[in-house]
Amino acid sequence: MSALEIAAAVRAGERTARAVVEEHLSLIGVREPELHAFNLVTAEQALAAADAVDARVAAGEDPGPLAGVPIALKDNLCTTAIPTTCSSKILAGWKPPYDATVVERLAAAGAISLGKTNLDEFAMGSSTEHSAFGPSKNPHDITKVPGGSSGGSAVAVAAGFAPLALGSDTGGSIRQPAALCGVVGVKPTYGRVSRYGLVAFASSLDQIGPFAATVADAAALYEVIAGYDPRDSTSIPEALPPVRHRLDDGVAGLRVGLVTELCQAEGIAPDVVARVAAAAEALAAAGAKVEEVSVPAVIYGLSAYYLIAPAEASSNLARYDGVRYGLRVDAPTTAEMYDRTRTEGFGPEVLRRIMLGTYALSAGYYDAYYGKAQKVRTLIIRDFQAAYERFDVLISPTSPTTAFALGAKADPLAMYLNDICTIPSNLAGHPAMSVPFGVGADGLPVGVQVMANALDEVTMFQVAATLEGAMA
Amino acid sequence: MTTPAPRSAPNSSVLPEGWGMVIGLEVHCELATATKLFCGCPNHFGDQPNTNTCPTCLGLPGSLPVLNEHAVELAMRLGRALHCDVNRSVFSRKNYFYPDQPKDYQVTQYDLPTNLGGHLDLPSGHRIGITRAHIEEDTGKLNHVGGGGRIHDAEHSLVDYNRSGVPLVEIVSEADMRSSEQAKEYATELRAILLATGVSDAKMEEGSMRVDANVSVHHLGEPWGTRCEIKNLNSVRSLGRAIDHEALRQIDLLNNGETVRQETRHWDEASGRTGTLRVKEDADDYRYFPEPDLVPLVPSAADIARIDAALPVLPAARRSALADAAGVLATSGGVVVAVERGLDHLAQAAIRSGADAGRVLTHVEHNLAVDGAAALSPEGFGDLVKMETSGELTATQAKTVLAEMVATGGAPAAIAQARGFEALDGSALEGIIDGLIAAHAEEWEHFRNGDDKARGKLTGFFVGKVMQASNGQADGKAATALLRAKAGL
Repeated sequence: MSALEIAAAVRAGERTARAVVEEHLSLIGVREPELHAFNLVTAEQALAAADAVDARVAAGEDPGPLAGVPIALKDNLCTTAIPTTCSSKILAGWKPPYDATVVERLAAAGAISLGKTNLDEFAMGSSTEHSAFGPSKNPHDITKVPGGSSGGSAVAVAAGFAPLALGSDTGGSIRQPAALCGVVGVKPTYGRVSRYGLVAFASSLDQIGPFAATVADAAALYEVIAGYDPRDSTSIPEALPPVRHRLDDGVAGLRVGLVTELCQAEGIAPDVVARVAAAAEALAAAGAKVEEVSVPAVIYGLSAYYLIAPAEASSNLARYDGVRYGLRVDAPTTAEMYDRTRTEGFGPEVLRRIMLGTYALSAGYYDAYYGKAQKVRTLIIRDFQAAYERFDVLISPTSPTTAFALGAKADPLAMYLNDICTIPSNLAGHPAMSVPFGVGADGLPVGVQVMANALDEVTMFQVAATLEGAMA
Repeated sequence: MTTPAPRSAPNSSVLPEGWGMVIGLEVHCELATATKLFCGCPNHFGDQPNTNTCPTCLGLPGSLPVLNEHAVELAMRLGRALHCDVNRSVFSRKNYFYPDQPKDYQVTQYDLPTNLGGHLDLPSGHRIGITRAHIEEDTGKLNHVGGGGRIHDAEHSLVDYNRSGVPLVEIVSEADMRSSEQAKEYATELRAILLATGVSDAKMEEGSMRVDANVSVHHLGEPWGTRCEIKNLNSVRSLGRAIDHEALRQIDLLNNGETVRQETRHWDEASGRTGTLRVKEDADDYRYFPEPDLVPLVPSAADIARIDAALPVLPAARRSALADAAGVLATSGGVVVAVERGLDHLAQAAIRSGADAGRVLTHVEHNLAVDGAAALSPEGFGDLVKMETSGELTATQAKTVLAEMVATGGAPAAIAQARGFEALDGSALEGIIDGLIAAHAEEWEHFRNGDDKARGKLTGFFVGKVMQASNGQADGKAATALLRAKAGL
């Protein structure tokens, strides 16, 4: 059952939320040991929340648009009194005293959290192999990675553990695992979804977004979590145009640009490009006007991203120092305590990025690295703006390849290249989503990325819905 | 305008001939907001440790800052009072590890501060440039337990985050001061402006106003020397002492053929010395970059116009107004003190009512440093001064009556009558003095023929007796004059 079907049945009193939750918990019981989608399954709390929803239905109240719908939360979203680990040893034992805004909104909409999902430590990675608690596995082939960093959330939806999940996307961390696991993954416009309660990786790029099995379910979740939040100063105050009732509007007359640079970039596999070409044909068949378009600056996105994101991360992750919460490795002096705590608490990828970022911000290097990367960012925005004068949406591969084998990308640079198609939208702050569109040569899912101009999620979802329909 | 044109500062008189000192001050002030800079926690001093905290000011993972509009308003108000340009500003992160700083970075303003390029005119007439006045968040407070209570020998340290995230302005002056007297004057005047504008309660003893001094010395006419920064001076007196001590220390070094190292020093009030805190070479690289969790601050012309229109009359203008009314220089002691104590309106009203300006300012300066003085009725104060100048009351009696007016709010005539005050006429005074001369012949002999020292002592003796005999109604000055006349001096 889709999320929308579950909500309709629960609201109508045809199914109890408890039955829905029990069914999903039993699925988790079967496959979770081999997949490791979750860092923590909160079965007791989920059943209690389900009973509360059922009680409201019984009392004639409406528990909300996601009544009784199970959802999995990426473990970098703060949840009151439930451990929030970011898949890092350094947060050992920390239970937030507050809920993220999205967690509050989900509860208010009647959704039921099943637990916290695995990720690359502090969302830094593209495979979940950088989790301190071990990797998640791709449900389509457990020798393959599910992608990352929101791998656990993608797995949870792909395996049917929950119809919905939340992830966070800094350089592709929702879209890439969605593509690799064959589900829908959405990164909204920067500022559409409040970041309050999302443990920061790179503040100017981070954005929370939905995973779902269908475009309509993703749109429903998006409508619940998006919208202005005064607790996030970068939150967009403009009213949120509803998406769901526009999904069937089709693409007739829409101008769709196929981004040349993202189809020809280093490492993009031919079978993936073939699926994107097929998607372009499907859109043209549905009445869209499809053309190739050059967005030249996007090829510099990866380089700019690996200066900006680590720079912000080096500052955001400074607070994990052993003084107030999480891991503390005692030492004779405060400085040594900092050293030991951080050396033991962080994994190698996090340490690598802290070093990169610290270097990029250092006196004498700032202009050449961080400063220049910000200029590249401006160029990318400019080139996108030029493209959006001629096109309503842009499409490209989401990930250069289908899911790769666990351990295949031990070289950090090879891993970083996974995000080459997704990073530009983060740098520009634009919305982008991945929608499954068939399989590659190995029979594993391929995702097509649909990108849109800032705030134009509606058109983006319409195009994704059309692609989904073309595969049905 | 009675204020003379701004002039450059005279050199310090405490230094050896040929030496000069150069001083710039950095002043941190807590803004008088109800809540903290980036969260809704109370901005309140003295509460139980760690009670005024939340995820944001504790820097918990996932928390975000939301800028306090009132803090921005106050900072802009101060900027305009210091004649600064108010600009588009951007918050930055200043990255360094310290346990009192929960995020291990401080949100401050770096290359784009709210206020740039102003000045502050000292009461003595000198103009001190203001480089900038920017907004930033305060840190928590470390309490070192055990040992001597200092960080180096403490057994452990406790952190109180109540102060974490309290809004500050940091006011950076140009290196325009040339003596500790001027630095003290600057701090005092800045404090007066902070109070007048309601920007801060500026309590140095509670740390809501903290002063760092940059001090260097040089041979006059030669380039400035290497500077040292003295941190966290918490009274105007300490500021003056620390600066003079530091300048002399640097001159000693140079006279001994050594060099001054650029370093941060702390002032030890008890020993009256400065000591090394850290040497500049080990200074951190703060890796400033724009704070991505906040958006730029863009004040409109209308915002600035509104703030300008709401500015109260500032101390300098109040001194001018009072000086004009009194016909004295704005730098004169009585005027400066009157404005400092908020008694300038009282003084002006009394002068306007026809009371003698000189006597009015003398009373303000010497006899009204008490609580309740500001509540005096201007009419009553004017009447008192008039009674004094007309000879109805002696200076001594006037002082007594004034004190009672402050205490009880009574009218001067009634108080004088109740106390039986009426000035002695000349013949009565002469009678008393003649009687005293007869009764104290030996003292009188010493008074007439002794040295100045002895005569000074005996003047006190005789005037005291005159006061006793006249029930305090004699005028001390008149009595002294008559004594000297009779002695043929």
